[in-house]
Amino acid sequence: MKKVMMVVMMVMVMVSEASMIEQTCKETPDFNLCVSLLDSDPRGSSADTSGLALILIDKIKGLATKTLKEINGLYKKRPELRRALDECSRRYKTILNADVPEATEAISKGVPKFGEDGVIDAGVEAAVCEGEFKGKSPLTSLTKSMQKITNVTRAIVRMLL
Amino acid sequence: MASSDALLPISAREESDLNEETHRRRRPVKGLLAVSLGLLFIAFYVVLVATHDGSNRSNDVKIESDETATTTSRARLAGVSEKSNDKLWKLSGERNTVSFAWNNSVLSWQRTAFHFQPEQNWMNDPNGPLFYKGWYHFFYQYNPNAAVWGDIVWGHAVSKDLIHWVHLPIAMVADQWYDANGVWTGSATFLDDGSLVMLYTGSTDKFVQVQNLAYPEDLNDPLLLKWVKYSGNPVLVPPPGILPKDFRDPTTAWKTSTGKWRITIGSKINKTGISLVYDTTDFKTYEKHDTLLHQVPNTGMWECVDFYPVSKTAVNGLDTSVNGPNVKHIVKASMDDTRFDHYAVGTYFDSNGTWIPDDPSIDVGMSASLRYDYGKFYASKTFYDQNKGRRILWSWIGESDSEAADVQKGWSSLQGIPRTVVLDTKTGKNLVQWPVEEIESLRLSSKQFNMEVGPGSVVPVDVDSAAQLDIEAEFEIKKESLDKILGDASVVAEAEEFSCQKSGGASVRGALGPFGFSVLADKSLSEKTPVYFYVAKGKDSKLKTFFCTDTSRSTFANDVVKPIYGSSVPVLKGEKLTMRILVDHSIVEGFAQGGRTCITSRVYPTKAIYGAAKLFVFNNAIDATVTASFKVWQMNSAFIHPYSEEVVRAISSA
Repeated sequence: MKKVMMVVMMVMVMVSEASMIEQTCKETPDFNLCVSLLDSDPRGSSADTSGLALILIDKIKGLATKTLKEINGLYKKRPELRRALDECSRRYKTILNADVPEATEAISKGVPKFGEDGVIDAGVEAAVCEGEFKGKSPLTSLTKSMQKITNVTRAIVRMLL
Repeated sequence: MASSDALLPISAREESDLNEETHRRRRPVKGLLAVSLGLLFIAFYVVLVATHDGSNRSNDVKIESDETATTTSRARLAGVSEKSNDKLWKLSGERNTVSFAWNNSVLSWQRTAFHFQPEQNWMNDPNGPLFYKGWYHFFYQYNPNAAVWGDIVWGHAVSKDLIHWVHLPIAMVADQWYDANGVWTGSATFLDDGSLVMLYTGSTDKFVQVQNLAYPEDLNDPLLLKWVKYSGNPVLVPPPGILPKDFRDPTTAWKTSTGKWRITIGSKINKTGISLVYDTTDFKTYEKHDTLLHQVPNTGMWECVDFYPVSKTAVNGLDTSVNGPNVKHIVKASMDDTRFDHYAVGTYFDSNGTWIPDDPSIDVGMSASLRYDYGKFYASKTFYDQNKGRRILWSWIGESDSEAADVQKGWSSLQGIPRTVVLDTKTGKNLVQWPVEEIESLRLSSKQFNMEVGPGSVVPVDVDSAAQLDIEAEFEIKKESLDKILGDASVVAEAEEFSCQKSGGASVRGALGPFGFSVLADKSLSEKTPVYFYVAKGKDSKLKTFFCTDTSRSTFANDVVKPIYGSSVPVLKGEKLTMRILVDHSIVEGFAQGGRTCITSRVYPTKAIYGAAKLFVFNNAIDATVTASFKVWQMNSAFIHPYSEEVVRAISSA
């Protein structure tokens, strides 16, 4: 009997846990992306809205790190792109050294508007870098990912305002 | 997912333990449980499918066209924050986009000559402004470590005249458990004995927002260099019903008729912006009112609430405690959702600490309610200047560029030029702001111009350097032009629909405008920032005047926000159109009709800098001629003094 009740409870809890991420992600521009990012993170199932925002900021950090690696690798393969790569390097370093810490601190401390600023800026920096290649960017799919993630993250940060 | 055991019939799991009797008794219960479990799973599945369907639908819309998707999200987020990486993303795909890399020459030009800013790094809200023993004091939210928000402490500076500042050491750092995560915004109150206290928000080591008391260590030090935090802090913690992160920015206190001190603190309940009220006699213990000073639904969190009296009849400022029949009270709040500062004029009831607006249709925070400034302007705070009997307004002017540029140039944010604030005695419905008169001490040489500006003309104004200017101008549409337009039925009334933001900017020509100045323009006007009037014909031959600043062509840089700002401005019978503009490198402040409508903008030209920055007067009306009479002053630098021990010693003994 007790085991049955526990199972029932578990199922009910799981139904409502899944709903928290789903409820939140419904209000973002990319439900699927939002759910997959948050579900894949072990903290996602027990996070409140702030926690979900912080998870996504972590994803932004991870993506920026990955993109910076890609940029560094391109110097040898595409030396003719050096000036654009320099600017991109500056922009992605800004995401890692300015936007991400600012957003993390702001959301943790309950002044989400600075978190929104940091997240928006991450998208701006990625777009500027992309623009440096004048339509022939080797980073387009990474840029697109950053745009999508920052749009979703911003929507969640706005829920905290 | 639930353990697969749950899918087994219960009897299968419990088989071995049971005797026949209990088996028989359990069967109906087992049946019930099996049914309810089954129903639960069906319900769960339905919920999952239903929500997934909904989101799939919107995903389909997205797949059709990226443009549609960005429009959807922009619509959702519309009107909220100017930065839109959607627009940038579209731009970046184009082959002929000019990509601009900031260099040190262009960036260092952006630093202002006479606006308050720290030597480097990030600044935001003004804190605790006050006048004491001959010095104006200014404190501010400051990040000592970076050019973005974070690690906040209280910066400090002093001035004799609100214009020439000397930087002082940091006044308060995050060194107690109750402000370990941030020494945030606060306000000063003068006590009856002439001493003063500071109330400020601390973010505790557990990220709770609390209010703390601090006071000068040495009241004999006119520079108020050192501050002491009350040992019994915090004096206020979030009350029941208020979330721990929705409780910040205490105001200056005012005296009630019973002799107690009263403060208000902004917060929110769900989406309703509110202002809590507390009474105190010693600033250490407080009684919370059950009622609020005021609340407005759907306005979100109220930050940096300000509350103060204004005279209905006189043009001087009033001490925060003044009350009486000739007085109205202003409630102002900074809206977290939109980053706009809104205020309303109303009546304060001291007996119960409540306030109601004169016009509820433009209540604090509603989209149509009044704003101190229609541009980049937030977290503003007033104080009563007992030295000259004025109420003075400080404001945080953030950057509109990318954080990469801020990091590269090593600083971010300015304060607006302090403004006097009074009630507009002619309309009675709005405030009027004006740069403090002390700024005129920066005026150097001037030139006077009087000219007729025909429709569709742009006239260069010969003023040598054009990055540090004070312009005072009067415009008049020629009577013949006005009569002709008003009498011409084919000229459609557009006053109801017009807005600066949606107008398309200064290049869109109308019957009676736009006309004004193009500041920070290069010779060929490839970069320019028009500050202008647009007069629109309304119904019944009435005219409605708008005051706008168009930054959309202010720079070639593509990582900068370039909005068109503005609002209507009341123009009373017999008044000419008057405009004042302060240009100071990357900031432009415009004041229409003596400060009835104000617009602050941040601009980052790449070409219209140093000697290449020019000034033009223009009239883009289709048919109307305008007369312009204006004076342009070159403005000196305020030579804001970096912190140095020698200077501090020198001014201490002054």
